[in-house]
Amino acid sequence: MEAEPAFPLLRLLLPLLLLAMGWLVGGAIERAHLRRLRLREIHWRRLPLVTLREPPEAWQVQRAGLVVGSVVVSIDYWKRMMAFFRSLVGGRVRAYESLLERARREALLRLKETAHGAGFDAVLGVRLETARLASASRDGEGTAGVEIVAFGTGVTRSQEPG
Amino acid sequence: MRGEAVLLSNTEEIPGRAIREHHGVVSGSTVRAKHLGRDIMAGLKNLVGGELKGYTELLQEARQEALERMIEEAQKAGANAVVNVRFQTSSVAQGAAELFAYGTAVTVG
Repeated sequence: MEAEPAFPLLRLLLPLLLLAMGWLVGGAIERAHLRRLRLREIHWRRLPLVTLREPPEAWQVQRAGLVVGSVVVSIDYWKRMMAFFRSLVGGRVRAYESLLERARREALLRLKETAHGAGFDAVLGVRLETARLASASRDGEGTAGVEIVAFGTGVTRSQEPG
Repeated sequence: MRGEAVLLSNTEEIPGRAIREHHGVVSGSTVRAKHLGRDIMAGLKNLVGGELKGYTELLQEARQEALERMIEEAQKAGANAVVNVRFQTSSVAQGAAELFAYGTAVTVG
């Protein structure tokens, strides 16, 4: 025998409210983040990141050291719902694609900022890794967030390349 | 950090330095759990999406600690640099993550 819910209307409205909030606030946060990403990418365009493991010969490397940039992100309620519906029919889950793209760009920018802060002017051997963080609630079933780590070897060049 | 700073790189060598001696694989790890406050905040943040700053910082601190443990091991082996450093993050249990760093300890000239 289940007890009558105290606020039947609230029970119905709450998920709708959360959806609307996810759509409105989550969307606004995403657009603002994309704007900031574009500006920062322009600002840091002179600090090259390369996946090569050895410096080009023109770079006379003076100093080197490990640098890391990371970010943990999560998806909003609206997008999570959209992703769920998408999983019923299959295909591209754009909601997650855009989240991961934003997170990777953010991690790479943080890598550049860390490298600059440590006095480096280029990063070699850049690698990106992705890890899912299990939620503490719901027996670790849910996803609390996704971590993107960008790391590489920062170097100081005595000369500009080319 | 004690003694001379240990050089780190994730490439096969320390650019600009020659490797004189290899000391084998060194590693460092730490398992961290999120505290409840952070998890609740993250739960709220999950509704609107975006960065979970508490977790970003937590994992950064943990990664730093794993690196420091790796560096200690390298110093004990008599190395002054660690090359080919790799990281690994795994969710070992609910609400906890292991941060693992490893690499090859070397002596560079």
